[in-house]
This record gives sequence, structure tokens and C-alpha cells, in this order.
Amino acid sequence: MTVTATTVGLDTVVDAGDGALVTVPAGGRLRIVDLYGNQAVDTLFYDAHDIDNRYSAFDTIREQRAVFLTTGSRLLSTRLDELAVITDDTCGRHDTVGGACSQESNVIRYGESTRHQHACRQTFLRYGAQAGIGQRQLTHNINFFMNVPVTPDGGLTFEDGLSAPGKYVELTASRDLLVLISNCPQINNPCNGWNPTPIQLLGWW
Amino acid sequence: MSHTHELPAAAAWSAPVRAGRTVRLTALGDNANASVLIVGADRLDRLNIPDTLKSQMSARIKPGMVLMSDRGQALATVLDSTLDWHDCLTGALPGRLLLLELTKHGFGEADLHGCINFFSKVAVSDSASLEFVPGHATAGDSVTLRADQDLLIFISTTPHALSDLPGAGVAVQIETPEHTEDPELREEAQRALRLTRELIA
Ligand SMILES: [Zn+2]
Repeated sequence: MTVTATTVGLDTVVDAGDGALVTVPAGGRLRIVDLYGNQAVDTLFYDAHDIDNRYSAFDTIREQRAVFLTTGSRLLSTRLDELAVITDDTCGRHDTVGGACSQESNVIRYGESTRHQHACRQTFLRYGAQAGIGQRQLTHNINFFMNVPVTPDGGLTFEDGLSAPGKYVELTASRDLLVLISNCPQINNPCNGWNPTPIQLLGWW
Repeated sequence: MSHTHELPAAAAWSAPVRAGRTVRLTALGDNANASVLIVGADRLDRLNIPDTLKSQMSARIKPGMVLMSDRGQALATVLDSTLDWHDCLTGALPGRLLLLELTKHGFGEADLHGCINFFSKVAVSDSASLEFVPGHATAGDSVTLRADQDLLIFISTTPHALSDLPGAGVAVQIETPEHTEDPELREEAQRALRLTRELIA
């Protein structure tokens, strides 16, 4: 599904494994609803007027001294510009360390048999192309609703989500944004509860 | 063959490294930090921190890990290190030394990806907040990587972004060893190495 800059407001469902490219004007609110629970929503943010000014997971983590994102988290760019703020969150925390699945990383993690399964970075490329977002422009994303605990001894695990049907996260755009979404099709780990499901996008602007 | 380059603190450098060569970074003083970006010789495939971490179930870089690319290739293997924790969650200061160094090779902002901050530790609390650990690295600490394919490697010695201590320089020694052995590796890391050797190394 594609939403153009002329859309006023938004109410749409993104099927499991599908994606979206949404333009959100400065001040606009975008709500992502986890309709059935335990779905990972891989999301990237770009300054709509300069896609090199894009979301930076590790600048965001460092500046806020926090590994997880939740209400109040400011999403920063590689230039440390504020792209958006999480202004509402009924889930509690969201991952930005785990990145997006790809065919190639599936092979490394789950074996050769998964090479031709659908994966998030394919969806990013498909929907990003119309905005000039290619492989070089793909960076480390946010995984809304995903639970990737980082432990004090430096371990990393993927766990069953904290989310549940109807939980949502809402962002307020600090500038005109392109939001690139892959509603993750991953079936090899518990981030989607082994069963990818649709999400709803609601927008007010 | 061996080449050594000493970077002072707050400097940046880049070098091509052929497959099979080793890169040893040595801290020249206490509180050194080396922020490192790695790009494959095809100039597009680059270090992917999330893929590297999640396939090896680690939130830090330590010996016995393979550094993996966007395309699931092994870029380099961490053969050994005097430290078992190198930060890779907090990126480099948007200081621009790394960006300038990238620019020399025709890269730009789009290529500023997650980096490894060798010699730095940022501890994670139970509540997942972060705290820089001062004094983690002292003079003489080192880490040795083996290039598993032809690489371009970018290094900045800008002090860690969360540190208020003066930084230190880092010596970079690039050598052609007679022989290297794989350290003990997870199955996923072995798979990345095998695929890389079959395809491109
Ligand atoms: Zn995915």
C-alpha cells in the first residue's frame, strides 16, 4: 500500500509481510496498532526533504542513554536532528538494536532453506524505491512491539513480545517525514509469535 | 609484509585490507577509543551491527565473533583481544572525522552506519539504561581482526561520545600472517565464514 503526500489523515491496514511508505507532515501524528499482538513492525524514518538525514538507531540510543524506546523517546537522525517523538505507547518498550530481517541474515541464522523466504529488507527496497531509498539508504531500524532484551552481561536475546492485541504506539513528527514500514514476515523466531499478522496505521494531520 | 600506522587521539585514517591479512589495534594510552566502520571491497556491502549481534546473541563485540555484512557475508573475524567487551551500541559522535574519511573514498552520509567502538565499554543496567565505564582500556590493550574478504576499513580515534576523559592514540598494524586459525565460533558465524569463502574470499 502506498500513501502519497496529498493524503489527509490515514486509516489503513497493512497485511502481514506487506509494507508501506507514508508521508507524515511536521506535527502529524502516526499511530501504529498491533491488531493481533506480537507483531514486529520494522520502521525507518527519513527527512522528507533530504533522505540522507535519516533515523540513526545508535545516535538515538546514545543520546538518551537507553537501549529501548518508549513514550518520550526522541528519534534522532545521523545529524542529531529530532525526526519524531514517541508521544503515546501502550506497549511499553520497543527495540532498535535488532535490525531488520533479510534473506541473507535468515540464511546465517536459520540455514540455507530460508534463503528465498520473504524478508523485511526486500519490503524496504520495494516501497523505498519510489522515494529514492535504496540499499545504501537502508539503516538500522526500529522494531515496534519487538522484545529484544539486552542483559547487563552484554547478552542479546529475542523473546516473546510484550505486546497484545490492540496495543499501539503513536509518534508525532518533528519535521516532514517519510516513514518506511515493513510489517515483518519473519516466521523463524518468536518476534511475531511465529505467526505474522496485520497492523493498522492511523494518522491525524 | 607488515605496515604500522599510529593514529594520535582525535584523528581518522582509512586503509584497504586484503583478505587473509590481520589488523591489530593497540591502545597507545589509557582510555583509547577506536570507532571503526568496515566496508566490503565492492564498496556497497558493509558492516551490519544488528545482524552481527543477533546472529551471535551478543550485545557487545568480543573475541570469537565474526563481523557480518548487510548481505550476510563475513567481513572480519575477531581473533583475539585483551578485552572481552567492545561497545557497538552507541555509534560514533556525529563528528565528522569518519565522514571526512569516507568522503575521500567517494562515500557520503548514507554510508555512516553503526560502528564498533573498540576499547570502550558502555554498561547496560537491568533497566537497559546505559553508562560509560571509564578506565576500561589501558595502554597496551589490543584487538586483532582477520579480514575474511577484501575490505576498506575506517578508523577514528575521537574519544567515545559518552566519555569526558581525554582520549588516546591507537596503533594499527596490518600484517600477512603465515596462517590463522578460526577461534571457537558459533554455528551462525561458521556459516557466514563458509559462505564467504565459497563465494568471494
Ligand atoms: Zn523482518
